[in-house]
Amino acid sequence: MNNPQLDADGRLRHLLSIEGLPKKILNQILDTAESFVGVAEREVKKVPLLRGKTVCNLFFENSTRTRTTFEIAAKRLSADVISLNVNTSSQSKGETILDTVDNLIAMHADMFVVRHSQSGAAHFIAKHVPNHIHVINAGDGRHSHPTQGLLDTFTIRKYKPDLHNLRVAIVGDVLHSRVARSEIHALTTLGVPEVRVIAPKTLLPAQVEKLGVHVFHDMKAGLKDVDVVMMLRLQNERMNGAMLPSAQEYFKTYGLTQEKLSLAKPDAIVLHPGPMNRGVEIDSSVADGSQSVILPQVTYGIAVRMAVMAILAGGG
Amino acid sequence: MSSTDIKLPSAEDLLNTFAQKLKPLLQPNTALVGIQSGGVWLMQRLLVLLKNDISANAIEHGTLDVSFYRDDFEKRGLKAENRPSQIPFDVENKHIILIDDVFYTGRTTRAAMNELFDYGRPASITLVALVNRGGRELPITPQITAADITLDPSQNLQLIQDADGNLSLELNPSTPQNQSSRTQV
Repeated sequence: MNNPQLDADGRLRHLLSIEGLPKKILNQILDTAESFVGVAEREVKKVPLLRGKTVCNLFFENSTRTRTTFEIAAKRLSADVISLNVNTSSQSKGETILDTVDNLIAMHADMFVVRHSQSGAAHFIAKHVPNHIHVINAGDGRHSHPTQGLLDTFTIRKYKPDLHNLRVAIVGDVLHSRVARSEIHALTTLGVPEVRVIAPKTLLPAQVEKLGVHVFHDMKAGLKDVDVVMMLRLQNERMNGAMLPSAQEYFKTYGLTQEKLSLAKPDAIVLHPGPMNRGVEIDSSVADGSQSVILPQVTYGIAVRMAVMAILAGGG
Repeated sequence: MSSTDIKLPSAEDLLNTFAQKLKPLLQPNTALVGIQSGGVWLMQRLLVLLKNDISANAIEHGTLDVSFYRDDFEKRGLKAENRPSQIPFDVENKHIILIDDVFYTGRTTRAAMNELFDYGRPASITLVALVNRGGRELPITPQITAADITLDPSQNLQLIQDADGNLSLELNPSTPQNQSSRTQV
């Protein structure tokens, strides 16, 4: 199958989704990220790998954390970074995506980090750009958010190094979540034996089992003896129509409280990709509690994004 | 000159000579830094061989993987394997002894020095290498070596560590593959 993410030699050319990436490349990214974690702890938090390169953050959809961490990652690699908030730029004057991209290529951009509310947007741009330009998907619609999936996996690996012995539960709005899809593909590719999804039927995609996960509708049953709890944000903005009675009702059934968390293993860790809806999918006492690794996720996200950019830019 | 014409010295013998030559450098406020991979193997052995001098002067040590500072990144990209650099001490005002296995072009040393300065401003850096094979391309040369062997660019000299930790030198024809696996940049 033609995989636009890889070049003829099987090296990473674009990062568009975790799906279709071999285990070898996922491990290469995670291992390289390991080396970048240390860079942030030094006096000078920069390495010269992308000196002279220009990275364009193309955000057609709002994001604070993802855009900021991509920006920091590129800067720590010594790249020049331009962040375009396309809502406020020429797109609103009617310019097409590819015209925007072509104009930035004419300004000698070397790499695009793309977020868009339409699934497939990064793929569309990747197919269009010349060979020496690399595209990273920073979230497209409900489809994929590969660097989030990678940074979650990296965080899990930091706390639970033996991935072959883990039980992981992904809880919440799987239907609208590109994060969940990327997490599932990353975890199953890397050999996590049991990935569970816990959600009401209305928030699960059809045939979700085909992704290799075990489905639970009851949170208490689903959390039993898990090593990792990955909470998802309830994506109000992507919901059309009534999928849920109310946020309060949702919290009662699927919100992560200390009480529900106590059903998981005692040393279980809790992840959340942010931004959190406190009191909707997660209780503050859990989000700020000792089992939460939500802020380390953000820190590791920089190292993982540095690794992806460094691997893409090298040998091009 | 073909590879078979050269009789390579024993790396283990060289290591002993190397340790004796390094001894006078071990003073208070010095630190050892090995460059991955060969330089780290050598450092590990030196920590044992010179343990009295090292503990008497409270000498600290660390490792560097210069992958992020190589000048051929653009062409070759990152190696599939890279290890985190670990400098668990304050570089500021330290006398650093930088340890490499085979000194060739000097590009690895340049990369290592650039990386070290991102940790702080050392008082000095002394470059020591087990073997200087000749062929430098930069105004950099090791102050201490255990052997100087002039080799042709068509040859690739590598330090090898076997499963028991024994070191040996190996001479192979240069290929794009072993070029990239060398610790030399």
